[in-house]
Amino acid sequence: MNTQPLLDIRDLGVEFDTADGTVQAVTGVSLKVMAGECVAIVGESGSGKSQLFLACLGLLAANGRAVGSARLVGEELVGRTERELCALRGTRVAMVFQDPMSTLTPHLRIGRQLTELLTDRGLLGAAEARQRAVAALHSVGIPDPESRLDQYPHELSGGQRQRVAIAMALIAGPELLIADEPTTALDVTVQAQVLGVLHAAREKGLAIVMITHDLGVVAGIADRVAVMYAGRIVETADAAELFEAPAHPYTAALLASVPRLSGSQPERLVNIEGQPPRPYEKVPGCPFAPRCPSARDLCRATEPALHDGGNRSVACHAPLPQGWVR
Amino acid sequence: MSSGGRGLLADAWRRLRRNRAAIAALATLGALVVASLVGPVLSQYSIDQVDWSLATLASPPSLGNGHWFGTDSNGRDLFVRVWAGTQVSLLVALLATAVSLVIGVAWGATAGYLGGRVDDWMMRFVDVLYALPYMFFVIILTVVFGRSLFLIFLAIGAVGWLTMARIVRGQALSLRHQPFVDAAITLGLPTHRIIARHIVPNVVGTVIVYATLTVPQVILFESFLSFLGLGVQEPLTSLGRLVAEGAIEMESAPWQLLVPSAVLATILLCLNFLGDGLRDALDPRQR
Amino acid sequence: MIAPLLEVRGLGVQYGLGGGWLGPGTRRLQALQDVDLVVPEGRSVGIVGESGCGKSTLARAILGLAKPSAGDIRWRGWTVDSADRARMRDMRRGLQVVFQDPFGSLDPRMTAGDSVREALDALEDTGVEAECRRRVEAALVEVGLDAGFASRYPHELSGGQCQRVAIARATVVRPRLLICDEAVSALDVSVQAQIVNLLHDLSRRHGMALLFISHNLAVVRHLCEDVVVLYLGRVVERATRDALFTSPRHPYTRALLAAVPEPDPRLASRVVAATVTEEVTRTPPGAGGCAFAPRCAHAIDRCHGERPPLEVAGAEHLVACHRWRESASA
Repeated sequence: MNTQPLLDIRDLGVEFDTADGTVQAVTGVSLKVMAGECVAIVGESGSGKSQLFLACLGLLAANGRAVGSARLVGEELVGRTERELCALRGTRVAMVFQDPMSTLTPHLRIGRQLTELLTDRGLLGAAEARQRAVAALHSVGIPDPESRLDQYPHELSGGQRQRVAIAMALIAGPELLIADEPTTALDVTVQAQVLGVLHAAREKGLAIVMITHDLGVVAGIADRVAVMYAGRIVETADAAELFEAPAHPYTAALLASVPRLSGSQPERLVNIEGQPPRPYEKVPGCPFAPRCPSARDLCRATEPALHDGGNRSVACHAPLPQGWVR
Repeated sequence: MSSGGRGLLADAWRRLRRNRAAIAALATLGALVVASLVGPVLSQYSIDQVDWSLATLASPPSLGNGHWFGTDSNGRDLFVRVWAGTQVSLLVALLATAVSLVIGVAWGATAGYLGGRVDDWMMRFVDVLYALPYMFFVIILTVVFGRSLFLIFLAIGAVGWLTMARIVRGQALSLRHQPFVDAAITLGLPTHRIIARHIVPNVVGTVIVYATLTVPQVILFESFLSFLGLGVQEPLTSLGRLVAEGAIEMESAPWQLLVPSAVLATILLCLNFLGDGLRDALDPRQR
Repeated sequence: MIAPLLEVRGLGVQYGLGGGWLGPGTRRLQALQDVDLVVPEGRSVGIVGESGCGKSTLARAILGLAKPSAGDIRWRGWTVDSADRARMRDMRRGLQVVFQDPFGSLDPRMTAGDSVREALDALEDTGVEAECRRRVEAALVEVGLDAGFASRYPHELSGGQCQRVAIARATVVRPRLLICDEAVSALDVSVQAQIVNLLHDLSRRHGMALLFISHNLAVVRHLCEDVVVLYLGRVVERATRDALFTSPRHPYTRALLAAVPEPDPRLASRVVAATVTEEVTRTPPGAGGCAFAPRCAHAIDRCHGERPPLEVAGAEHLVACHRWRESASA
């Protein structure tokens, strides 16, 4: 049994040089993704969840910089040249973004965009690539795939475009897919279909990193969850454990503040006061302390380190007792 | 980052200050304006005084006889004339730009905000005017009304508003779909109030940028008119006239061309840098 | 009998598509058709649906931002007539709105205080200057902001704070009905709860009715007492909250509810909702039949040929489906 992680992020930080100084978007993140598992990254704006993975793939903006280490199947990603990273992108790791209209090039036909990766890299000949494209569209549930190849993105609906984007990402058979809010811009019924496509891909052994703020999506697809706040990981756990007994006050508050479709109806939702800190705001001590209902002086003075307990880790001076049930 | 009540213009000024090219341009322009006002006073000569004491009427720059920029073919001091000409050029440019600004903003904001048929007709009108031969129009005006300074900048401004209107109309069109305009409508505010209160202040950024880029165009156009002999009348002069006159004597008295050209080129360059800097500073990329 | 606050009957809204020579073209899109809606005093009504269902168009039509092509809108018994200035002003004082985009809702050139003040000046007769200022500050405090926020500009505020200012602007004149058009959709999850609670508190405190438009069913369930489901411009189901969420009758409502992922791994079904095929395709106008039929797993011939009317399916429960009785037992 291969126990080497597919993606091994160690102490990764992401910085940006701005007119107002150096801004820390991500600080000291360590995370492992094993082959075939789905890890969800939960966070709100300013949590750094997107920047973390853009850094791994070398897709940061020009004024951004990654420090630390991120290994993909043992190969270091940080500090590699564009050329070296290009070789890995698409074939070993791929990414899907939130807005399908920006992912697909508006003036190129779908077929061309799908086969581009295969033919440009010399992986397959034109005819074989086309066959692969048809198969890829079929696997994401697009009806009549042959004729779709000649269509343009604007002729498809939002959900179809997103599924094509996923097909494009998976066509060269990567082992890891990073999905950054892939269903946020879609209708609920369409979201269900797209999630179904991701499920099917997982059945075939794909590992997925699902970046999202939607806890419902997390519950449906994730094996493990990492919660991020203000550029740091504040909690990681198996999905079932996280929902049943969250250890970090932020996770607990988040779970309590989301309204449900079933179950009892509280009069008021549980509030988290204030708003997430912006990346350039430096808060001493624990970044969640200003909003935390159980914050103490220690929390405001010293930043808690991430206590790694194997499958479960939490960065808090006063984590909630493990037996705490919602 | 969030100190109480800092408006967008104050914010823009802060960003502009960091742009060294724009600040240098602003400083240079300021210096030129001051020079144009102070220069004529410093010199012992006046604008149309012929210096009969010179060996040849057109004499090169020298510190000795007080003609620091030399004289023109009629023996008039170039130093005074260049600064007086600068005054006129800048005045014409500013006034003409102001006229095109007022008409252009009003026209464009109204057309863009109202949209639909009104917008179509208003902009067709602009298109038709655009197609008219500009020079022809100006020449006819000068022939009919004579060559007064007032008429010059009116003529220039009356045509300059066309592009301003187009630009403002584009901005207004996109602003109209913003929720805060919908909110103003649901408050029951009348159309003219909405345009004046919500549309116009939000196009100020674009207008300022375009205005600083229009001024060079106006100065050049006025220079062109002067070159054709249609510009300002003697004894008044403008940079354009000086360049026109200097061009004739290019081979024998090069300073007559070089000095006003240098001043003109510097003004144009500074305005362009300033315009670029303003555009960057006023761009609301805060978020 | 007291007339309800807002009554909409047979509302239809069309959009022209394509350009003609010098005006809108002749192709038309039916954004809303035959929509009935009643909002009684103090009641919170939710409008749900996905993209293309016309929920935003409904809000715009009620507010006078979009022109109805059919039907009428009544405010407290008076049929809305934009020519009657005095009564329009009356209505505007009683009917206000909060939009989806918190930053776009505020004029970037105006401070928060200015924006709120504008509402006061426009809708109420000018009073003493000091009194006006006091009311603006009170409005900001009531939505949870410091009085000092009055001098801040939108670009200095967060999304949640901007939305609070927008709510302050809408409620400073104490409207009887507040329309919320996806008012929390653009906010962070932790901030959404704050704004939802705020809206709830304001509506309870002032007896203010809410017309809450959203695609987020869970929030609607939390906040609204009645729910209307729209699909491609038509009402497909209307019921009280409990009735709709415990026993939905229309196949689309059921599919919608089944598709919402719940934040609970025990409940989360890992099987894709199989009751909906493909996506929303707009049937051409004039075609008979139920608009949902092309996507419905239960559609029969009758569904494709004959449009189902809204029928009574229970106490205050209406459904537009030929086969609702059969799914009642499901």
